[in-house]
Amino acid sequence: MQTPAPFDYERAGSVDEALALLERHGPEARLVAGGHSLLPMMKLRLARPDVLIDINDLADLSYIRLDGSQIAIGAMTRHAELLDSSLLAEHYAVFRDAERVIADPIVRNRGTIGGSFCQGDPAEDLAAVGAALRADLVVRSAAGTRTVPAREFHTGPYETAVGDAEILTEVRVPVRPGSGSAYEKVERRAGDWAIAAAGAFVTLEGDTVGDVGIGLTAVGAPHFCAPDAEEALRGRAATDESLAAAARIAADGCNPSADQRGPADYKRHLAQELTFRALRRSVARARGEGS
Amino acid sequence: MQVTMTVNGDEVTRDVEPRLLLVHFVRDHLGLTGTHWGCDTSNCGACVLWMDGEPVKSCTVLAAMAHGRTLRTVEDLDRGGELDPVQQGFMQCHGLQCGFCTPGMLMTARHLLDDVPDPSELQIREAISGQICRCTGYENIVHAVRWAAEHPGGSAGADADAMSESSPATAGEADSDQEVPA
Repeated sequence: MQTPAPFDYERAGSVDEALALLERHGPEARLVAGGHSLLPMMKLRLARPDVLIDINDLADLSYIRLDGSQIAIGAMTRHAELLDSSLLAEHYAVFRDAERVIADPIVRNRGTIGGSFCQGDPAEDLAAVGAALRADLVVRSAAGTRTVPAREFHTGPYETAVGDAEILTEVRVPVRPGSGSAYEKVERRAGDWAIAAAGAFVTLEGDTVGDVGIGLTAVGAPHFCAPDAEEALRGRAATDESLAAAARIAADGCNPSADQRGPADYKRHLAQELTFRALRRSVARARGEGS
Repeated sequence: MQVTMTVNGDEVTRDVEPRLLLVHFVRDHLGLTGTHWGCDTSNCGACVLWMDGEPVKSCTVLAAMAHGRTLRTVEDLDRGGELDPVQQGFMQCHGLQCGFCTPGMLMTARHLLDDVPDPSELQIREAISGQICRCTGYENIVHAVRWAAEHPGGSAGADADAMSESSPATAGEADSDQEVPA
């Protein structure tokens, strides 16, 4: 039987209460949202918090809305809600692409976007989406609110910029009219973590790439992104040739490690191919073609 | 700590350790052993029950997290002794062999049909994609859910023709004693 080591349980009714509980219990306290990443790690003793602070009652952190020129997503929004959101689908198909292959429908009823970012798994799909879209993450503490770019949020495997007495409250994504976006993932079986995956968005100026974002997960891409590949693609013709060249640069920037999901060279190959496919699909969607 | 929740319509209160998983609470503290305890890693889906109307994997939810919430387990599927159409579908279509995955499959299927009364085969396969049948009877499980979709009132609500409809189950059942070579 897998059971976590003993801990004390607290339940927060508001963000302020969660912050006060974090303050009171110190660095060995952890917030738990859906729990589908944290509880398995606690069963394996890879995580062993003294206190769990349950934030599932924070319904006011569950929303997806247009906020000026940004889409604001509350940290407690479940994967199932991200998948179903017509607002997200309208602006960023990459979310629907990714959510369809994150775990399974039952797990998606519990897991949250905030939990996914804060768990900081090196194979997290939404980390690649957030990096590709250059999202901003809103972090609150008793002292106030600060914003952390998605590309600076993860400071290492399972490590984030969120401090001991802080809580991630919102993910903000800039609206980019006319953009196309996509996510491509290869996994061993339905619902598994990625062997490799890539997300992208592209805006076009005629047949030229205006802006582009590329995110990669599970392949050791620093900060889940590929800035050199983006730089190489900006201002270039949106042809298969230039997309493939950018994908090669993206793969060169990865540092995959061999594990039970595959050898490093295979993962690097996937990084290149999936980046290419995500870019190509993004371009097609920006042109209003394809699904 | 003390937890109180509504389980299959009844309010229950128990003293539990914070680390107690919901699947063990339901099975060992409430004696509702219809919910099965499988992989312990949120992969197999044998432990699926509903929490506030949504299917969840109860091996990855703490009993403490269910405090104040409403649960529904497989024991609540029948209505006054009349099996739910999904239960009837599993009988009609040989939707189980060893039966270990069945409670989770039933709870997921009921939720799917409440949401999508006439699901495609693809929608059914997607809905149960987080659940594992190690007898690998997926084909018949899909047939069983389709049977339930086609018989929303169950066999009592369907006429006698229901039994001779094109459902692969009925065909399989008729052949089952005959040892027809494949």
